Amino acid sequence: MQQLLVKKDQYRDSVSLMQISLELKEGAGLEEAFVAMGAPANLEILEVMGFSKDLLSGIGLNDLLIALKADQTAAIEKGLALAASLLEGKGARPDGGETYRPHTLEQALRQLPQANLALISNPGPYASGEARRALEKGLHVMIFSDNVPLEEEIALKKLAQQRGLLLMGPDCGTALINGRPLCFANVVPSGAIGIVGASGTGIQEVSCAIARLGEGVSQAIGTGGRDLSREVGGLMVAEGIKGLAGDVQTRVIVVISKPPAPEVADKIIAQLAACGKPGVVCFIGSPPQSSQGTLCFTESLAMAASLAVALQRGEAPGQLLQDDERLKQIAAEETAAMSEGQLFLRGLYTGGTLADEAIYLLEKSVGAVYSNIHKEKEFQLPDPTRSQGNTIIDLGDDYFTQGKPHPMIDPSSRAGRIAEEADDPEVAVLLLDLVLGYGSHPDPAGALAPAVAEAKETVRARGGHLAVIASITGTAGDPQGFQRQRETLERVGCRVMVSNWEAATLAERILQCRRVRS
Amino acid sequence: MSVTELFGKPLEVINIGLETFARNLQQEGVPVIQVDWRPPVAGAEGVGEAPLRIDREGANREAVDRLLRGQPLLTGVSTAGEVIPGMRKDLFLHAGPPISWERMCGPMRGAVIGGILFEGLAANEEEAEHLAASGAIAFEPCHEHEAVGPMAGVTTWSMPVWVVENRTFGNRAYCTLNEGLGKVLRYGAYAPPVIEHLRWMAEELGPILALTMERHGPLDLRVLIAQALQMGDEGHNRNRAGTSLLIRELAPELVRLKVKRKKLSEALRFLHSNDHTFLNLSMPSAKCMLEAANGVEGSSMLVTMARNGTDFGIRIAGLPGRWFTAPANLVRGLYFPGYSELDAALDIGDSAITETAGLGGFAMAAAPAIVQFVGGTPQDALRLTQEMYEITLAESQSWQIPNLGFRGTPSGIDLFRVLTSGILPSINTGIAHKNPGVGMIGAGLVQPPLACFQSACQAYLQQYAATLSGNEIPNEQRRMNNETD
Repeated sequence: MQQLLVKKDQYRDSVSLMQISLELKEGAGLEEAFVAMGAPANLEILEVMGFSKDLLSGIGLNDLLIALKADQTAAIEKGLALAASLLEGKGARPDGGETYRPHTLEQALRQLPQANLALISNPGPYASGEARRALEKGLHVMIFSDNVPLEEEIALKKLAQQRGLLLMGPDCGTALINGRPLCFANVVPSGAIGIVGASGTGIQEVSCAIARLGEGVSQAIGTGGRDLSREVGGLMVAEGIKGLAGDVQTRVIVVISKPPAPEVADKIIAQLAACGKPGVVCFIGSPPQSSQGTLCFTESLAMAASLAVALQRGEAPGQLLQDDERLKQIAAEETAAMSEGQLFLRGLYTGGTLADEAIYLLEKSVGAVYSNIHKEKEFQLPDPTRSQGNTIIDLGDDYFTQGKPHPMIDPSSRAGRIAEEADDPEVAVLLLDLVLGYGSHPDPAGALAPAVAEAKETVRARGGHLAVIASITGTAGDPQGFQRQRETLERVGCRVMVSNWEAATLAERILQCRRVRS
Repeated sequence: MSVTELFGKPLEVINIGLETFARNLQQEGVPVIQVDWRPPVAGAEGVGEAPLRIDREGANREAVDRLLRGQPLLTGVSTAGEVIPGMRKDLFLHAGPPISWERMCGPMRGAVIGGILFEGLAANEEEAEHLAASGAIAFEPCHEHEAVGPMAGVTTWSMPVWVVENRTFGNRAYCTLNEGLGKVLRYGAYAPPVIEHLRWMAEELGPILALTMERHGPLDLRVLIAQALQMGDEGHNRNRAGTSLLIRELAPELVRLKVKRKKLSEALRFLHSNDHTFLNLSMPSAKCMLEAANGVEGSSMLVTMARNGTDFGIRIAGLPGRWFTAPANLVRGLYFPGYSELDAALDIGDSAITETAGLGGFAMAAAPAIVQFVGGTPQDALRLTQEMYEITLAESQSWQIPNLGFRGTPSGIDLFRVLTSGILPSINTGIAHKNPGVGMIGAGLVQPPLACFQSACQAYLQQYAATLSGNEIPNEQRRMNNETD
């Protein structure tokens, strides 16, 4: 069978039409395809193809003809549709068009029509407008920007929920979607553990620990720090759990957050318990509940990873792999050369959640820990630039980052602070975190090592010894290379622990040794 | 899309903001488009989301559909007095938004004086000037009489005009015949040779073309423009191909007229000598296509951009009969030897109607021969046209750009897209000398003043904003009001 479509007064260049004829014939599996202008020579070709003279009468020079021949109606229909799209120029590759950088979301979508996620990091006041447009276009959204008002966050999350879309953030620093790291994230193998986290570094620490234990992550959904507040009510944590519960690849679900509003915590725990998959809940800084069936609770990010791995493997949730004898041994070595007045810990963190975790652990055993991010006023530092007693500083807090890059990107501010701490004769232990992965400085250990070596030398010259402990949040696949970072730190006498929890525990042992001695 | 659906598919990302995030994703093999984001125009934040009592998107679909369905045909040649609606002997039409004699720029005043002399309403320059200032002659925009005029655009009773008809909707548009380059009326020249040349056009050229068109019958200008675009024209600053195609169409009929051969030859030679002959056809083509969209209730599509050398004015489909004006800009471009920006008049002419319909600067990528006007390289031309897709509602189904994979030209400028993207329309244009009668001194690129768009948006919101409880005005609108007051 055959069909002729005449488009009146539609001029096209004949060479481009020859190309279209060819693509049409091959693309739609047609016996014959002829797209041409209504010139007399072309009408003769149509007659040869078998179109009657009657059908061809009245066709003018400026008329565009589409003639198709095929065995089946389906092929003809396919051909007509393909012809329409080829004639629209959609099938053609624009020369030089690829390099065009669009200014608007709409245009970007025309260039990448299959896009399924918008990553937004423009200034906060504009971020919600872009996010709303993206949601309306059916895109999932991650907002890295901060300074988005709470009421806009709620409105955006409700809109996302209605449309079955993710709205990660605002102020969401980390996510892993379909194995791809977004913003600040590590290169983690694909696996069966899904993470929903209201904390960026929390997600990084857990996903790296999972990788170290030999397993992988299916998805890591960041929600932004405010999601589990009373006002937002855990909208996206709930959506995340729902999504992971329905995801075939995910077999265990981990939820990470700072302590949520109690009523929101209850809701999320109930949802997780009923979702049909084993779960791990880690509310950093609040004591764990006892486990309910396959729903486990922990206060430590490293433990959350090892619980998740055990649940995935069907093993009994074990204790954290931590060799206490070894920690005591290291503590003894480190304290041997310390001088009389060296009593206190100074933690200098770039990851806020990691700092929280260390404060929580150490407070239980060594007493007061002062910080710029402490939730109790009594323990907040009056001047964040001056440490007192045991102090843990989050250098990524707004106080330090106003108009400056985050210390994960620019390590110089921490190097300066290390030198200041070394000048204090009371300091016994420096506790550091090192966050690798995309987004972070290309060689954070290299930037830190000279400051560590110098600090140790300052204390040695005074007749003492400075213990320096670091944990590395990273994987072998990260651009910075885990092993290279570790070696750089060890070379200057830094004790490198596998997790922040273990590093903080070692610091605890050292402080305990000092206390016994004094 | 649902969350689980996302998990099943390869990630493809649009990155708005920090470029390192896009580079990292690329390194991981994720397809990603970096948006070269810029903040919306000051005061226009959120206008795109302002609650309205009408369906703006639906109205815009209707308006741009009417634009794209338009089929301009050249049907004949007549005189302004015979065919232009509301034309009178004491009415002079001019380019751009309304303007009084007192506020007219040099070239426009010169053209008015020339028009008076051509019509025999005064004996000399002094008398003509006196008459123009006396109020005895009325001045109205071409645009308000279904007409358009390049540069000064002065159109008077006896001038021959092309008649272009929109076959789809039946409306018409008119435009004078192009006088050529150099010392010509549209640049404000009125010396005796200029007036003589106008007489020749009225007495010889006009009638010859009128008879030729009678023999030829209607000529499809939409198709002719489509061909010209594929031959390196953009329909505003380059019309060499369009002019050639027109002559090819007309010549076989023209030579059969019972007129002296010498006269026919003169007519053909004149059409050929002037590359801009076709400009006076691409303009009314654009005009009659856009006019069909004028008045579509609720549409924020532009139906006019026009300048009178003093003000730039725009008109909006959903706000019929209203001009939104602001002081015209200086054209950035290339000058002929001996001239500079110091000599230039401000932006002038109705020819920006071509951009309004998706030609000119909007089709710049089709015209590599004149890329010097827009920055120098074919890449600049491609980028310029591609930017225009960001502020337009649709792509032409008839007019295509070979260099962009035969993509249709960006068509139908949306007021709101301009304001929220911060991208202004790019207009290719000639540059007139600021003194009457010197003529064209260069060509280049110009943008409309932002204030036209801001005041149009304010008016649009006043007309179409949803009625709120009490007298509450949305914040966005209040900001707009403050901005433009």
